[in-house]
Amino acid sequence: MTLTETAPGASEADLERQFEATIARHDRIEPRDWMPEGYRRTLVRQIAQHAHSEIIGMQPEGNWITRAPSLRRKAILLAKVQDEAGHGLYLYSAAETLGVSRLELTELLLAGRQKYSSIFNYPTLSYADVGTIGWLVDGAAICNQVPLCRTSYGPYGRAMIRVCKEESFHQRQGYELLATMMRGTDEQRAMVQESVNRFWWPALMMFGPPDADSPNTAQSMAWGIKRNTNDELRQKFVDMSVPQAEALGVTLPDPELRWNEERGHHDFGQPDWEEFMEGVKGNGPCNAQRMAHRRRAHEEGAWVREAATAYAAKQRGAAS
Amino acid sequence: MSTVEKEWPLYEVFVRGKRGLNHVHVGSLHAADDRMALLHARDVYTRRNEGVSIWVVRADAIAASSPDEKDPMFAPSGDKVYRHPTFYDIPDNVPHM
Repeated sequence: MTLTETAPGASEADLERQFEATIARHDRIEPRDWMPEGYRRTLVRQIAQHAHSEIIGMQPEGNWITRAPSLRRKAILLAKVQDEAGHGLYLYSAAETLGVSRLELTELLLAGRQKYSSIFNYPTLSYADVGTIGWLVDGAAICNQVPLCRTSYGPYGRAMIRVCKEESFHQRQGYELLATMMRGTDEQRAMVQESVNRFWWPALMMFGPPDADSPNTAQSMAWGIKRNTNDELRQKFVDMSVPQAEALGVTLPDPELRWNEERGHHDFGQPDWEEFMEGVKGNGPCNAQRMAHRRRAHEEGAWVREAATAYAAKQRGAAS
Repeated sequence: MSTVEKEWPLYEVFVRGKRGLNHVHVGSLHAADDRMALLHARDVYTRRNEGVSIWVVRADAIAASSPDEKDPMFAPSGDKVYRHPTFYDIPDNVPHM
């Protein structure tokens, strides 16, 4: 489809007014509408980063598929990792409506010019991590993504609705896995606690830097791309997680975490933002490994893509 | 489309959720040919019984109206209020209408 055909005679200022009016009505912007270049650029960056995160996010858990403790857990984990691939594809599909191609975005990722969520640069050291990722990492993702179902760009919002429906399975399977381990031996309970200790702070970092250090937030909210600030969502996640941790019987590794009656929220400590920035710059524990794996998968899959193209061309030749 | 040779063509995907409903657009995907597009559509868009029938069509084969031409394109329906049942006043004591 061709993109952004504009009505003849409409001036840029008219188009911008129409765009602003659509946003003000809380109506959705659709692919062929005129939109400011900054809006398009912000969306491409955000949706691409989100799509890349889903695809890279297959690796930490994929690590355990061959070593799942039972056929039941293996089937669940396979379905989950397959969903992550699907989520990546929904999001690339949404990004493509903005006039970029999936191949372009993949090449930008492989060249290190687009990013993915730093959470996937942490290693998965035990099977308990599969549960913790479902509970905390997917839980944080849900907090981030539910408001995005109402984002101002139609295709992005529709992709997020599909993603959110499926994330609920991801979070529940993780929590159930941990609950099962907590009913097991002391050793299993220790594995769960150790895993939660490693993932709690990185999960809090998933909401991005504090609002004061997040220069793009105000513009993204004005455009209706983001609906809540990073700190609002982080607070919501902490408030949700505390009773879940209690029910599970694990301790969240934050000595400053306590209920604040006056605010009606939990107070909590700040993650190590230097560690976060190192991860963003590409110096997280597994950055190099994740990117090397992604590049290898892309290169080693090239012959499949080429063979399918050649076969399709041959079939077309035979038919005509 | 200049990217076709490097990248598989883009298909738009439409799914019928259940018998009795229309096919609805759900998203897009890349595939080398029609059959692969159907198989990929099944795997990407119907992992949880979301559909009983799938249509795929190459995106470059779709002709679409543009929202920016909204006024001239959709104006003919805008000024024909008499096409709607609420245009007509019927006395309250007339049943079944």
